[in-house]
Amino acid sequence: MGSGTSTQHHFAFQNAERAFKAAALIQRWYRRYVARLEMRRRCTWSIFQSIEYAGQQDQVKLHDFFSYLMDHFIPSSHNDRDFLTRIFTEDRFAQDSEMEKCSDYESIEVPDSYTGPRLSFPLLPDHATALIEAFRLKQQLHARYVLNLLYETKKHLVQLPNINRVSTCYSEEITVCGDLHGQLDDLIFIFYKNGLPSPERSYVFNGDFVDRGKDSVEILMILFAFMLVYPKEFHLNRGNHEDHMVNLRYGFTKEVMNKYKIHGKEILRTLQDVFCWLPLATLIDEKVLILHGGVSDITDLELLDKIERSKIVSTMRCKTRQKSEKQMEEKRKANQKSSAQGPIPWFLPESRSLPSSPLRLGSYKAQKTSRSSSIPCGGSLDGRELSRQVRSSVELELERCRQQAGLLVTGEKEEPSRSASEADSEAGELRKPTQEEWRQVVDILWSDPMAQEGCKANTIRGGGCFFGPDVTQQLLQKYNLQFLIRSHECKPEGYEFCHNRKVLTIFSASNYYEVGSNRGAYVKLGPALTPHIVQYQANKVTHTLTMRQRISRVEESALRALREKLFAHSSDLLSEFKKHDADKVGLITLSDWAAAVESVLHLGLPWRMLRPQLVNSSADNMLEYKSWLKNLAKEQLSHENVQSSLLETLYRNRSNLETIFRIIDSDHSGFISLDEFRQTWKLFSSHMNIDITDDCICDLARSIDFNKDGHIDINEFLEAFRLVEKSWPEGDSSECPQATNAKDSGCSSPGAR
Amino acid sequence: MADEKDRQEIIVAEFHKKIKEAFEVFDHESNNTVDVREIGTIIRSLGCCPTEGELHDLIAEVEEEEPTGYIRFEKFLPVMTEILLERKYRPIPEDVLLRAFEVLDSAKRGFLTKDELIKYMTEEGEPFSQEEMEEMLSAAIDPESNSINYKDYITMMVIDEN
Repeated sequence: MGSGTSTQHHFAFQNAERAFKAAALIQRWYRRYVARLEMRRRCTWSIFQSIEYAGQQDQVKLHDFFSYLMDHFIPSSHNDRDFLTRIFTEDRFAQDSEMEKCSDYESIEVPDSYTGPRLSFPLLPDHATALIEAFRLKQQLHARYVLNLLYETKKHLVQLPNINRVSTCYSEEITVCGDLHGQLDDLIFIFYKNGLPSPERSYVFNGDFVDRGKDSVEILMILFAFMLVYPKEFHLNRGNHEDHMVNLRYGFTKEVMNKYKIHGKEILRTLQDVFCWLPLATLIDEKVLILHGGVSDITDLELLDKIERSKIVSTMRCKTRQKSEKQMEEKRKANQKSSAQGPIPWFLPESRSLPSSPLRLGSYKAQKTSRSSSIPCGGSLDGRELSRQVRSSVELELERCRQQAGLLVTGEKEEPSRSASEADSEAGELRKPTQEEWRQVVDILWSDPMAQEGCKANTIRGGGCFFGPDVTQQLLQKYNLQFLIRSHECKPEGYEFCHNRKVLTIFSASNYYEVGSNRGAYVKLGPALTPHIVQYQANKVTHTLTMRQRISRVEESALRALREKLFAHSSDLLSEFKKHDADKVGLITLSDWAAAVESVLHLGLPWRMLRPQLVNSSADNMLEYKSWLKNLAKEQLSHENVQSSLLETLYRNRSNLETIFRIIDSDHSGFISLDEFRQTWKLFSSHMNIDITDDCICDLARSIDFNKDGHIDINEFLEAFRLVEKSWPEGDSSECPQATNAKDSGCSSPGAR
Repeated sequence: MADEKDRQEIIVAEFHKKIKEAFEVFDHESNNTVDVREIGTIIRSLGCCPTEGELHDLIAEVEEEEPTGYIRFEKFLPVMTEILLERKYRPIPEDVLLRAFEVLDSAKRGFLTKDELIKYMTEEGEPFSQEEMEEMLSAAIDPESNSINYKDYITMMVIDEN
């Protein structure tokens, strides 16, 4: 019917309209949901990155600490001097160690019961493939073969130039991979998906093979094996983690010592040699430059081509302050008088033009023009040279130095003459790189691209620089190159182009921060040198998760790490909160909470966005901060008998602690004496302004010595930490954050001040 | 009243901090600009729920005279502050969302088939891109029944948000 039809039409129209609106509403809601997920993902990423970089800065601070010691600490007694001597020196690889190594591995017997892969040299492709298979089956290569392989690897590396030149004429394709960081699964996946190395399939691995992941040794074995089997097609670049100093902190040293209890030490020593002989860069068809970090405005490829790259054993160096001209003159005079000295410290103080730590910026360019000369160690390491100066305790010395305008050391402490044993580049030293060479290498191993033009010091890493698109352009033009491939930075998608697609970052460790955190990628270059990227995520689990679930998992991990950090700074947070609580009611606004947390942690995170995840309950926009801190502690604390503030401090510094342990434990035995620990910790805490009295330190040292034999078993101690991390305290925590402790020996700052 | 004015100032100051934080998350070059394509994410993460159309209008408001592809913080801040003060683009309550699904489910079965969902989401309203559609499907669709029980779906998503 007429009216019926129009009514139908009317209804139909209405229905259509309603459906339209309903759909629009759902879409609108969904898009907001996705946006919030995206924001959470970014925040999570920020958390991981800022914690990672804060860790790297710690590393730099640690080195500043040691350099500070070298400059200012004058041993007041035999014991101190011996102690320092032992820490700060090591036997350099003199030429005679070559002989040692040669006979070393040959004398190692491989028991019949050993079922792992056996290598014979020269290596064949089958050997290399067998290695992959063996490692996939979780077998371990015997130390003898490890050393043998390392020895052969070094022989090969020594023949290579600093910049490897590769041509695409000979192989059909070249695949470039980025950081692997001990993640064997990713390497196996790459070979599986892309194919094994062969004369037709070239590979370039762009550094950072080790640290963080748990299979660094295995990765090295595979990479070195293929390099020996296909020397023309398989290429390795050095990364900033191919460095024994960095390894001390980031896990590779630990991994080696755990896997090779008897021969680990030797393996590590040999590796030092191998690492410093790794080429610095690879150049494809004279058009594509591949290096680990980046470039700077002074990068000089011709110079890089010529230097003796093995002189740079580690890129971690201590940096000294500028001294007055007079002192430099005096020192130079003193050096001329000095005769041969004792053992050489493994980091060699030299004045340099880069700022000495991320925290002390100074003017990058201005410092470049300062006079550079080598500054000898402040402390004489040879007993005879102990001076007539007034000896005071460590704290006094450091206190005085700190007071002296921070950086400049006045003349009164450093008297002219004497000090024979000064590490000085002129004084008949072992091969040492020049300032310039040093700088060049650090730049290419540590730098990161930035969006802005220019070139400035990389304060986040403490070495290298941030380089802008103009620097890239300048370099590409100067050497007639097409583009740069680098790694060094984790990217969510495994790769990232920048600088008008002239710089490609390629990162091959998937799930780097956490399962689901990021993809890995590699890039293939065909004859036209156009890049073709392949991404992956070497963990089947992640594929089955939805985006939401993936983000949740990673987020939870990041938040856990963040809460840990918050706990580690409980005391500081408490005093900061109190500043916002003038009326002492125990409440602060959430806004104040955010400000306080940032001022203590300095992580630059979006605290207001993160707040809902970190603060559970807040009535009326106000937070009861004491109970919030208490809850934090509940999650982290265990009922070990350690003062909570000590625990906090240990927590905060446990990476540093571990690094210090490993440095002190120069023979990698896994043990250090109480005394060594006590002395080092004392110095360390003074330098880092950690508020701990002598008594507390003694208590700390004694409590760490679990079996009371005067020695600290490093691994046991660190294991205790891991246990603390995992355990949930049962029962009451009424004394939180103060733990029950009989040793209330007047230590500074119990939890609630 | 002086009090009222103070309170207002405090609120505005707090908004400013929030906005700045959200903005900085996407300010990759640390130069107080973000890619215009991220503005939607920023606005939504600050608690607002505009339609695509409204979003386009907002972008036009904060863009440069000659669009550069980047939005500057100085232009974004006042606009966003106003939005927050006026409580514009409020999020959608759960029950309203449920009713929207029910409208699409004309037969009142309690679920939508995968095809129906795809049809509505990609043809009606402000259509989804393929990527958006796939992403929604991956979480929403029960692979065995090949349909979405929207009530459960909403519950799950809401819990997740909080």
